[in-house]
Amino acid sequence: MTEDVLAPLSGNVWKITVEVGETIEEDDEVLIIEALKMETPIYAPCDGKVKEIHVKEGDTVEEDQPLLSIE
Amino acid sequence: MEFIEGMGLLSVTPDLVLMWGIGLALIYLAVTRQYEPLLLLPIGFGILLANLPLALLMAPEEGLIWHFYHYGIEWGIIPPLIFLGIGALTDFGPLLSQPRLIFLGAGAQVGVYVTFFIAYGIGFSVEEAATIGIIGGADGPTTIFLAAKLAPHLLGACAVAAYSYMALVPIIQPPIMRLLTTETERKIKMQKGRKVSAREKIFFPIIAAMVIILIVPASAPLMAMFMLGNLFRESGVVDRLTDTAQNSLLNIVTIFLGVSVGATMSADSFLRKDAIFIFFLGLFAFMLSTAGGVLLAKLMNAFTSNKINPLVGAAGVSAVPMAARVAQKVGAQADKKNYLLMFAMGPNIAGVIGTVIAAGIFLTMLK
Repeated sequence: MTEDVLAPLSGNVWKITVEVGETIEEDDEVLIIEALKMETPIYAPCDGKVKEIHVKEGDTVEEDQPLLSIE
Repeated sequence: MEFIEGMGLLSVTPDLVLMWGIGLALIYLAVTRQYEPLLLLPIGFGILLANLPLALLMAPEEGLIWHFYHYGIEWGIIPPLIFLGIGALTDFGPLLSQPRLIFLGAGAQVGVYVTFFIAYGIGFSVEEAATIGIIGGADGPTTIFLAAKLAPHLLGACAVAAYSYMALVPIIQPPIMRLLTTETERKIKMQKGRKVSAREKIFFPIIAAMVIILIVPASAPLMAMFMLGNLFRESGVVDRLTDTAQNSLLNIVTIFLGVSVGATMSADSFLRKDAIFIFFLGLFAFMLSTAGGVLLAKLMNAFTSNKINPLVGAAGVSAVPMAARVAQKVGAQADKKNYLLMFAMGPNIAGVIGTVIAAGIFLTMLK
């Protein structure tokens, strides 16, 4: 089963803190979005393995845009 | 002999030295702590300049900074130009996406009105009381705009109070927010609002300007520029104007605003016990506004199943985006996967509009 992590807010991707293939647990930080000059860390919604990362650092993301997929 | 008599040095008094201390303290806070440096730095230097005897920088009709002050602030030009820039920087999206959050921006004006009555009750004139109350909105340019019209002698103290409390938002607000909410409430995850189209965002500044100015005409100077700046931004066809309004022009007027506001703080106008009252009343107003926003959100929750996280109510004060950031941070402490930032921007922007309207109402009643 694959679960997409969606951007909870619009902003710029400041930093991606996981890699494809990495095993992560729920509540692990996966990336940081910068909005309104503030860094907002985004946390994994579930346990799993990072299947794919859809964005790269510096990208502008809209709300609800898929950031990465966890399986 | 004439040269020696003309030296300012011989006219230095202890009061002036105390004012130098205040100016230097603001410069220190701006440089080392980065407390609102864009404003407190020029304000601090302005205070120094205004208290150098015989330099006459603030002498009516004559002094350099008096001219900045007279044409920029007394004529009410600079604060609306600041609002032009803020309009160009503001995205009304979060507000339009959940229009009910507008109420929170209004609820957070409660401190403004309560403090107005208290200040009046303890002996300030009605104009002074309005100027002190508006500090509770935590909006610098609006405070300055109103002070220049109603109580120019309090302008320096009120402006410094407003900007200081803006800088201290992350310290003042969280304890109040935690006190008034339960852990469960802080964990409330809000439902996403609806999508806002580009067309709506163009219509909003036009309609908002017309409606608000028709209802509260005295708010027109600030509201007109705020919405014009926003129309530049959302129209998408005048990027050059948007860019100028939110960068170069905003920076230019900020320089003149800061140094002029600082220069209004001469020893004889500032070193009175009024100033201390102003700082306390202003702080009280700001704390009460924070509480007002949170409590109104809780009240709204009693009538709706689509719950509001009451923390975003605290963002109804108009310190943009500091108050929204604080809502995000306090929310994340309760549940780190709760992303309140964009929800909090709605009341935050509504708070700016709310404070401008409050100032307009005071002007209508008192002018």
